[in-house]
Amino acid sequence: MFGNPMFARTILKLMIAYLIRRILYAIPILIGVNLLTFALFFVVNTPDDMARMQLGIKRVTPEAIEKWKQQRGYDKPLLLNSAASGAGKLTDTIFWQKSASMFVLDFGYSDDGRSIAREIAQRMGPSLAIALPTFLIGLVVYVSFALLMTLFRATALDIAGVALCVLLMSVSGLFYIIGGQFVVSKLWHLVPISGYDGGIGGFRFVVLPVVIGVIGSVGSSSRWYRTIFLEESGKDYVRTARAKGLSELRVLFSHVLKNAMIPILTGVVVVIPLLFMGSLLTESFFGIPGLGSYTIDAINAQDFSVVRAMVFLGSLLYIVGLILTDVSYTVVDPRVRLS
Amino acid sequence: MSFMPVILWSDALVFLLLAAGISGAWYVRRREHLLLPWRRVAQSATAMVSLAVLSLFFAVGLLDTLHYRVALPEKNGSASVYSPEVLSVFDKLVTPLRTQTEKTYSAPLAVTLHAKESISDAQGRVLRDYPRLRYGGAHLADVSQRDGDVLWRGFKGAMGGLVVGVLIAGITSLLRMQNLDGNNPPQSPLVRGNARTPPLTRGGWEGLAHLKKYIDSNYALIIAFIIIAALIGATASLASVYHVLGTDKVGQDVLYLSLKSIRTGLIIGTVTTLVTLPLALLLGIAAGYLRGWVDDVIQYVYTVLSSIPSVLLIAAAVLMMQVTIDTHPEWFDTAASRADLRLVFLCLILGMTSWTGLCRLLRGETLKLREQEYILAAQAFGVSTLGILARHIVPNVMHIILIALVMDFSALVLAEAVLSYVGVGVDPSMISFGTMINAARLEMGREPMVWWALAAAFGFMLALVLAANLFADAVRDAFDPRLNRSEGTA
Repeated sequence: MFGNPMFARTILKLMIAYLIRRILYAIPILIGVNLLTFALFFVVNTPDDMARMQLGIKRVTPEAIEKWKQQRGYDKPLLLNSAASGAGKLTDTIFWQKSASMFVLDFGYSDDGRSIAREIAQRMGPSLAIALPTFLIGLVVYVSFALLMTLFRATALDIAGVALCVLLMSVSGLFYIIGGQFVVSKLWHLVPISGYDGGIGGFRFVVLPVVIGVIGSVGSSSRWYRTIFLEESGKDYVRTARAKGLSELRVLFSHVLKNAMIPILTGVVVVIPLLFMGSLLTESFFGIPGLGSYTIDAINAQDFSVVRAMVFLGSLLYIVGLILTDVSYTVVDPRVRLS
Repeated sequence: MSFMPVILWSDALVFLLLAAGISGAWYVRRREHLLLPWRRVAQSATAMVSLAVLSLFFAVGLLDTLHYRVALPEKNGSASVYSPEVLSVFDKLVTPLRTQTEKTYSAPLAVTLHAKESISDAQGRVLRDYPRLRYGGAHLADVSQRDGDVLWRGFKGAMGGLVVGVLIAGITSLLRMQNLDGNNPPQSPLVRGNARTPPLTRGGWEGLAHLKKYIDSNYALIIAFIIIAALIGATASLASVYHVLGTDKVGQDVLYLSLKSIRTGLIIGTVTTLVTLPLALLLGIAAGYLRGWVDDVIQYVYTVLSSIPSVLLIAAAVLMMQVTIDTHPEWFDTAASRADLRLVFLCLILGMTSWTGLCRLLRGETLKLREQEYILAAQAFGVSTLGILARHIVPNVMHIILIALVMDFSALVLAEAVLSYVGVGVDPSMISFGTMINAARLEMGREPMVWWALAAAFGFMLALVLAANLFADAVRDAFDPRLNRSEGTA
């Protein structure tokens, strides 16, 4: 039946219709995000307030404020330009030019005059070079550790594992980075403290951030997977499998792990697109020229247009992640219907 | 010396939380079915030890919340003027720690500065040596006496603490035993479930046997309590003449900074719940119970909010708050009130970004509950919607709320440090773990290395968060009805 080309075509059609429907659902959410950022950045504080803040509160003249606003294109009305004619009433406004334009990925320019879209395109690579290995290695490490604890559940080994997890997740993420840099780079001189290089030469810069990234969430993630596995292994079908005389390892891998895929996918697939955004802390400590350090620099320089762009990009990627999650359900679980 | 009590915004919120907590405890105390899960928490030795550590932190935080301003010396009969510096009762208690500042870095328990300087001796010759500290070990005639003095003082303090600890533990054990009236037995791990501890029969060997039983069933807590008391004793005894954790770049005592950071962390961890709780509870059960367009709107709102990565949303909101605060300097009469309002806003922002998860949980649970027979019965009897929500839904989702709140606490304390590092946390002038780490992060690169400020910040944070995590786990285990208790899950 599965070899039937008619059937395969029907599945494909259903899948595409499903995808389109999911994407249509996503649009109102993006509009909501867009309106929220617009309100946050232009209504809570008017462009005049921002100009006054950036130019210094004390010595600021109305002319300087006007100039600052004009340079950034903030000298227009917020929502409705009654001075303009026709469609210009709507398009010649801050909302249209600064906020709505983000839907076509037009992010405008940062305070130092560079195109934000181009910066994002350039910086995604380095971010991904750290985030993707961290994600993949992390997934393998956490799942294996959790399986190990599940295998030895309710023994001293399991208790020690959980205790270790609680201890590790109680340590601040900053400690792993500062401590790791100190021990590995400063005491042992194994890898450079910070920096980045493309290609094979970049390997030595990537190792430490990846290792620290993996260790940093070993505690919370392994514990989370362990809970999922334990919940599965308490179910009836697992008891049946054991009663059949299957070895514990076999039960764990071919039954528990397989059936735990749904909860695992829920938590995992959604973060994949967000890997492009990089990590704020890791990138700023290790001097990686990715999107994370771009965001931190923008926050410190109070470059609002960059922060606004990153907020929109982040939620766009998150929504892509949600759609991917739904699609992945249909792949691993035939019970999830496409209607 | 006259003073004026000051209630900052965050203080008021802490008092509000405290009142809510006390009335909640009062309510639970008189209802056996609500008390039962707490009994289970009390049976866990880990939970009780972490609770002891947590209460210590909370005590420091509370003392640090009672603020006041001292009156300045009056000038010929004019209206009294108060110092712009806002102090707390805790500041008053540890005045030496606060005021005895050195010139710059000094190591823990050091008697000299951390780096050599040119000093002129009695003969007027200039030599490069480590200068003595102004306060740390100033009572010593010679540097070489330090080790003996530190040991002796530490020992004396620890012994003092030990004695006090044993006394308090003994008295509370006796008192708690007296209170056992069979109605209200402490269920130790030894007597779990069945055998109730009989009431204390007065005097004689039997009484002693009961005391022994009580101590046996609570030995972890008692030992932890005595160790903590000894530690506090040793620290207090040493802190009077040394900088126990050294001093930072501008010579401030690191122990003082660490203790002051506790309040900031606790406020972030607790006041935030004042925002998340009402939002999540109201919207969650409204969406789940009323369904229809209400559900659609609420789901839309929380999907939008949760689709923005939380660090970015917090960063954006904090940046905007900074603009508002900076353009309205006239709102604040002291620097402390400014920093404080920023802290309250930070809690508000953290709350606005973190209620969505709990809201989703509550909606799901309410969806399940509204199909239950007792709800249908209430509907059939014509009980109003509000009545059903208040009488049937809210009590039945309370355990989810409680678990979520205790689990969030430690995450929020950790988040404060990260956010302050990123530059969107508390005001730079406010003492917190984040600002301490931020100020000290480049010190590891100095020669010779300065490690104590970082170590102190991370150590205190670890103690607080670990205790909170362990306690939260015990609470979750005790309240989660889904948990299969026979499986022995940790």
